[in-house]
Amino acid sequence: MTAVPASVDDAFRGAAAAAGLLDVAYDVVESPLGELLVAATDRGVCRVSYDPDPEREAEVLARVFGARVLRAPRRLDHVRRELADYFDGGRYEFHLTLDLAGVGPFPRAVLDELARVPYGEVTTYGTLAARAGNPRAARAVGTVMNRNPVPIVLPCHRVVGAGGNLVGYGGGLERKTALLRLEGVSL
Amino acid sequence: MKPVLPPFESFYARHSGEVFAFLVRRLGRDRAEDAFQETFLRALRAYADLRRAENLRGWVFTIATHVAIDELRRARPRVELADGPAPEDVPAPIAALDDLTGELPPTERAAVVLRYGYDLGYGEIASALGSSPEAARAAASSGVRRLRRKELE
Repeated sequence: MTAVPASVDDAFRGAAAAAGLLDVAYDVVESPLGELLVAATDRGVCRVSYDPDPEREAEVLARVFGARVLRAPRRLDHVRRELADYFDGGRYEFHLTLDLAGVGPFPRAVLDELARVPYGEVTTYGTLAARAGNPRAARAVGTVMNRNPVPIVLPCHRVVGAGGNLVGYGGGLERKTALLRLEGVSL
Repeated sequence: MKPVLPPFESFYARHSGEVFAFLVRRLGRDRAEDAFQETFLRALRAYADLRRAENLRGWVFTIATHVAIDELRRARPRVELADGPAPEDVPAPIAALDDLTGELPPTERAAVVLRYGYDLGYGEIASALGSSPEAARAAASSGVRRLRRKELE
């Protein structure tokens, strides 16, 4: 089966997004850390994913947000731009609204606190747990970081162990190191 | 219970090539581009409320047929219709059937091509043509009779 001509395919994807018919628009974007899948609903960015398998991601997104999931690159232009600026070292915070539907109350409280950790600084799992109202929940905070639906934008790479060791990262420790170095954190 | 639908992207990736080829055969390359977009926008509008997840191929062909018939009913010379390069990916029997049925009225042609080329049931053809299954069957057999008469001439 021959593919649909690229111009016709692009036109449809653009029209679908412009008509507001999508539950989720996504695209795969290049970054210094490899390909990222980024996805957004009409309410905001809902997913940033390392090593994306678009087909599998689309199924997960469909279950949470609705079946009308379509790759629609233009709809993600602003996200692509902010990420590129960040990786160029020219952006210290993201001005993106987020859609965290499907995230429970405790993880939500933790992610809200995470959003306040500034560029170029690190905090610990325990500190974040305390700020989210449960100082004993450091381990649970680790799980929340690991499941962060929008890494990079919500900076879970800025959270380290009490002893200063990096501990872990959903995208792999190499990426955590790269992001902290980019932000000028001495390791 | 609501069916578990595949993400629209998977549905689109799976059927868009075949639908585009179908529309190029019916409308010619230029008009097929608009009709293609219209077909999948209609599909997208209806997708969230679909009650059945089986035979999405038949479903999208019914939409494409509607769109093609709407397009054909707009007054334009029929001579244009056969224009446009034939895509290589249309299976030979469908291409042959499409050529063969070029002079049938649009509804009969749609019924014959969808029944014998794309193997859709009369129920699906009926929803494509906005008629009953009986009327779809009648259109297909009337089309076939017309073709036979033509062959004998």
